[in-house]
Amino acid sequence: MEPLNRASQIKTLTADDPRAARVLLEIERYRRSPDALIQVLHVAQDVFGYLSLDVLQFVGRELKLPPSHVYGVATFYHLFSLKPKAEHRVVVCTGTACQVRGAEKILEALRRGRGLTKGSPAAGGRLSLDHAHCIGACGLAPAVLIDERMQARADAGSIDGLVTAVTGVPR
Amino acid sequence: MNVAEWEARAAAARERMAASGTRVCVCSGASCMVSGGDAVLEATEKAVKSAGLEGSARVVKVGCMGTCSQGPLVRLDPDGVVYQKMDASKAGRVIDKHLKNKALLRESLLFAGPAEPGVERPSEHPFYARQLQVVLEHCGRINPEDIDEYLAVGGYRALYKALSSMSPEEVIGEVKMSGLRGRGGAGFPTGLKWETAYRHVADHKYVVCNGDEGDPGAFMDRAVMEGDPQRILEGMAIAAYAVGADRGFIYVRGEFPPLAIRRLGIAIEQARAAGLLGRNILETGFNFDIEIRIGAGAYVCGEETALLISIEGRRGVPRPRPPFPAESGLWGKPTLLNNVETYAGVAPIIERGGEWYSTIGTAKSMGTKVFALAGAINRTGLIEVPMGITLREIIYDIGGGIPGGRRFKAAQTGGPVGGCIPEQYLDVRVDYESLVGLGSMMGSGGLIVMDDTTCMVNLARYFMEFCMDESCGKCVPCRVGTRQMHLLLSRICGGEGTERDLALLEELAPYCREASLCGLGQGAPNTLMSTLRHFRDEYLVHIREKRCPAGECAMAGAPAGVR
Ligand SMILES: Cc1cc2nc3c(=O)[nH]c(=O)nc-3n(C[C@H](O)[C@H](O)[C@H](O)COP(=O)(O)O)c2cc1C
Ligand code: FES
Repeated sequence: MEPLNRASQIKTLTADDPRAARVLLEIERYRRSPDALIQVLHVAQDVFGYLSLDVLQFVGRELKLPPSHVYGVATFYHLFSLKPKAEHRVVVCTGTACQVRGAEKILEALRRGRGLTKGSPAAGGRLSLDHAHCIGACGLAPAVLIDERMQARADAGSIDGLVTAVTGVPR
Repeated sequence: MNVAEWEARAAAARERMAASGTRVCVCSGASCMVSGGDAVLEATEKAVKSAGLEGSARVVKVGCMGTCSQGPLVRLDPDGVVYQKMDASKAGRVIDKHLKNKALLRESLLFAGPAEPGVERPSEHPFYARQLQVVLEHCGRINPEDIDEYLAVGGYRALYKALSSMSPEEVIGEVKMSGLRGRGGAGFPTGLKWETAYRHVADHKYVVCNGDEGDPGAFMDRAVMEGDPQRILEGMAIAAYAVGADRGFIYVRGEFPPLAIRRLGIAIEQARAAGLLGRNILETGFNFDIEIRIGAGAYVCGEETALLISIEGRRGVPRPRPPFPAESGLWGKPTLLNNVETYAGVAPIIERGGEWYSTIGTAKSMGTKVFALAGAINRTGLIEVPMGITLREIIYDIGGGIPGGRRFKAAQTGGPVGGCIPEQYLDVRVDYESLVGLGSMMGSGGLIVMDDTTCMVNLARYFMEFCMDESCGKCVPCRVGTRQMHLLLSRICGGEGTERDLALLEELAPYCREASLCGLGQGAPNTLMSTLRHFRDEYLVHIREKRCPAGECAMAGAPAGVR
């Protein structure tokens, strides 16, 4: 977990930033109700790409919530990321249906093919790998998400080539 | 909208549907979309236009049709002919051959409607013959983004009946009579829960729909949200009238493809615009509105107290019950919380009567249940069956058995907090009590079939890891217990386990089950305990012979990945 004592590094974000303005719009949509925190963080992550400390501080200030509360919520939920994401992302579903249909083999192929594993990105940080508990294609398992493209019935033999084709990141 | 306007609108919609000629229904459920449904939809629309058939055929986007493994699917109504594994060019050929030349495109046929030698009618095909669709009756048949189609098939009649001719007590009485039990997993009697929320007097009450559907491999609730969202809204509105609530929330899993959230949003907008949500609904003086809340990826938020806390914008950490949400829930007010499928079953119960519903199913588990079939099964997809059907009928008749000539080993139900049912119980009747009796549970409806290539010890390790990752950390038995049990299971899977480890597991599991605060910790040892009960030999082979009979675990000494 990131240390918190970085107050000095937090840049002040204001509504002049068009991205912050978009977040403000969402805050207004919920009439500034602090209950909307999670919904607002979704939008903030969408427009900023991730939730930096200055984004969290901005949201907290606008919703009149203490930074500890905002930070606590942002770190509790898996979908929120406090770090920038890699340029290209592969998400291998390791949900039960995919697990039973060979998700391990896909992971193994990516590990062997290009040294890509969860938590250790490849290609100089341009390509990252995540696991997901279920990405909604259980009937067509195993499923892999490469950037925006969903690959159903993924195959360990061809997954590496597909990653190259979709992301343009060579082996 | 008043009653006369609403009736006129439904009648007009019915006429429009009947007059549009052949309905070319293109499945736009998540599964078909993933396998190229978008292109099929586009090609179908283009083909109808270029063939000049716009006057006699209409292309409609519909929700999940059930046979997901055969997608993308296209069905032509009223003929009831279903074509499978469509792509853009095949879709063009369907329009050409079926619509223009009135002949079947045989090579792409899945089900044929009219008697055709060599092909079965849908109603005779075992996939449909054993099903009984109540919750899913409109799913895959109507356009989920058009409230008029829902009105045309009788939508909101049940709400009107409740508002105009029944007291809240009578609505609750009907739900009690139906025997409906919560479809979110635990099977708590729905009518009883409604009565509790009704009895608690407060200035505000809430109705909440649990659409978190966190069990991996389960997609029943998502299919209903994508395929017939108005049905959920109608059920919630009836519930709100019964318990006296004026505000509702639908909590939707954040990891879902955005389709479910988008369609629910459209449905709410359309219902508001039609005056079926909002103030003075159908001019009866009843006020009720619904908002969507999107989860952010925490399995424990499917648990009801955690879910409510998450709606309040806080860390989704469960709290002890009582008080139950029906007594004190959102912002301390009485809150009725039910699952998506539970709400989706309400309108037919009100319309056709609780007594009718109670004749379906078994004496203690009434009605129908939706299951999502996945894993090692030929026809993966979405089904709805009467309670009391056997597992064998589900897996072999409806699901078409195990692919590749392999042998059935076990079915997993109830998700990470559920359990496994082995081959010798294939003839067990599926209802709440008998599944619990076997050490598993009904769960929300995910049914994952495993063949002999799945290792049961590794499965237990897999679910333990899931629960360990998802433990919120509030109570010690769950936070520490899942970690220790995962460690022991990993050792056994890695060929380094001892019989003492097994004894430790058996000692720890009941502690975690008995002493944890919520259903996550209480259920975490379930797969472990049920596999120990039914597949103890497999554990012993791992420990004594350092061998994985299914060939899944990479044992110590053997290089990783060797199977
Ligand atoms: C860890 C955990 C996860 C759960 N996940 C869900 C879920 O995803 N969907 C759901 O409807 N119920 C889930 N439940 C059950 C809910 O707590 C609750 O019992 C249910 O939504 C009540 O609705 P019902 O009576 O209509 O079934 C979960 C329970 C636990 C303990
Ligand atoms: S389990 Fe992988 S998509 Fe659902």
